[in-house]
Amino acid sequence: MSTVTSTGSSTPTPPRRGGPARAASDGWVVAKRNLIKIKRVPEVLVFVLISPIMFVLLFAYVFGGAIDPGGDVPYREFLIGGIFAQTVVFGATFTGAGIAEDMQKGIIDRFRSLPMSPSAVLVGRTASDVVYNVLSLIIMALTGLVVGWRAREGVIDMLAGFLLLLVFAYAISWVMAWVGLLVPSVEVINNASFIVIFPLTFVSNAFVPLESFSSGLRVFVEWNPVSALTQASRELFGNIDPSVPAPDVWSLQHPALYTLLWVVLILAVFVPLSVRQYGRASSK
Amino acid sequence: MTDMIRAEGLVKSYGKVKALRGLDLVVPEGTVLALLGPNGAGKTTAVKLLATLQKPDAGRAEVAGVDVVGDPDGVRARIGLSGQYAAVDEQLTGFENLEMVGRLYGLGRAASRRRATELLDRFDLAEAGSRPSKTYSGGMRRRLDLAGALVAAPPVLILDEPTTGLDVRSRQQMWDVIRELVGSGATLLLTTQYLEEADRLADDIVVIDHGTAIARGTADELKAQTGGERVEVVLADTSRRPEALRLLGEVAIGEVRDSDNGRGLVAPVDGGTRSLSRVLQAFEAAGLELLDVGLRRPTLDDVFLTLTGHTSDDDEATTGATGARTGRKTGKDENARASR
Repeated sequence: MSTVTSTGSSTPTPPRRGGPARAASDGWVVAKRNLIKIKRVPEVLVFVLISPIMFVLLFAYVFGGAIDPGGDVPYREFLIGGIFAQTVVFGATFTGAGIAEDMQKGIIDRFRSLPMSPSAVLVGRTASDVVYNVLSLIIMALTGLVVGWRAREGVIDMLAGFLLLLVFAYAISWVMAWVGLLVPSVEVINNASFIVIFPLTFVSNAFVPLESFSSGLRVFVEWNPVSALTQASRELFGNIDPSVPAPDVWSLQHPALYTLLWVVLILAVFVPLSVRQYGRASSK
Repeated sequence: MTDMIRAEGLVKSYGKVKALRGLDLVVPEGTVLALLGPNGAGKTTAVKLLATLQKPDAGRAEVAGVDVVGDPDGVRARIGLSGQYAAVDEQLTGFENLEMVGRLYGLGRAASRRRATELLDRFDLAEAGSRPSKTYSGGMRRRLDLAGALVAAPPVLILDEPTTGLDVRSRQQMWDVIRELVGSGATLLLTTQYLEEADRLADDIVVIDHGTAIARGTADELKAQTGGERVEVVLADTSRRPEALRLLGEVAIGEVRDSDNGRGLVAPVDGGTRSLSRVLQAFEAAGLELLDVGLRRPTLDDVFLTLTGHTSDDDEATTGATGARTGRKTGKDENARASR
């Protein structure tokens, strides 16, 4: 081993961090690290991508005949928008698990001892998880096409639909990032997130029509952002019979706008909350 | 000489558990301070406060002249931390790990890469540099982790139990690396539960137990503090024992007794090597032949026993024997013990 010196031959003094530019560049470094991990452990990706295929097929063939959404649109087509919404929301668990794993393995301690942007680890993680969601949307869309789903409103609307799904998923990622910082281990994160995600996705119009809920639950379903997200994607993909009017609540009359309001609200609350929690987080 | 680390009255509790109860530390520039103590003594907590991972409940600390609470970023830019368990990303290669750390120190892409290559080279990891670090041995991971702490060539290094869980050979390698670092002028705070490690690497030692310093000084000073310096002789001709007893009695400061194994005599002294040479001269003059003679000073284990009433081994019966103990495990032990 040659001589070890603390002072490198040509090491500049690290500049002080500051502002969104540093957050973005540090975030990119962290995101790149997460993406390298996808490459190294492709098994994870396989499972992440198989579950949406499974969901599409499961619902299309198991419940496909049992549920009638009304109008001229077959259930399968009605269903796909719901599965899109459900899957991207489920995908956020991944963010929480990633953060929890970093906490458990002590990497967060290393990050926190570096003069990097305090939001970079979270920015990087949530950003790299968008890649997972893009991939799972592509897989789902292809599976959907196979079972008879079509986007009938043209490319622009279709892309708008996908974009809305991704933006909402990104917001939920921040919620799960916060949860990931709170839980003591990776094992806990799945259970913890299901408590949030199951009611959100299943007590919505994602799989069954609004009309099938009892009046008490129905209010929740109507104002559930996942319902709005589902409604919006169905409209943008043209998977709703235009002759059937949208339910008579503001949230579902303006589903895209309502979804975006939720996105803004979630980010406004959970970005600062998560960054603050990160500042205190440390493996015990 | 300026002090690169200065801590006064650090207090930190986790719930009801008081991890630190007012710790003072001073590390002058270019020196090595070992924070020595058993699991749960508060060593890792002290590291976390100094490395800005957590805030003290009370007290204050400066690292390289920067306040840890007032300007944590300033501190982070001036320290390199190597944790109790290697905080390297297992899926990333050695090179990628170091490059990432460089980028996050704000070194820029080219400088980060150059530095990564340089450090891999210096830490004997050049060949392994392109392999994911999960394929590394425990010793290699620790070296990579230590390399990570050096990426930005920080003036202050904080190493939390750098050799816990390593096998003997890897520990020796780490010691070599750390000694070279020290030789190049780095200021270093090192925590350890190994008395030998503190003795070998540190200029000053602070013995810590239950969150407070119970002794401080150089290894020699600590040994002297416990007293118990003694000259041991083994006679060639045991029939001349009464004569030997008389000669030793002239030098000894207490009662001369038989040694534990019964073959020799032990005389408590206080003059160090002077006492030893007086004994030698006396025996020479009397024509008493010796099979063995030596000045025995107390080991740091003795020091610990005297200071705390328990040996440092009480809490770590298995430590060091194998590499199987992980940092996680140690952490749990620490909590368990701290809550007693």
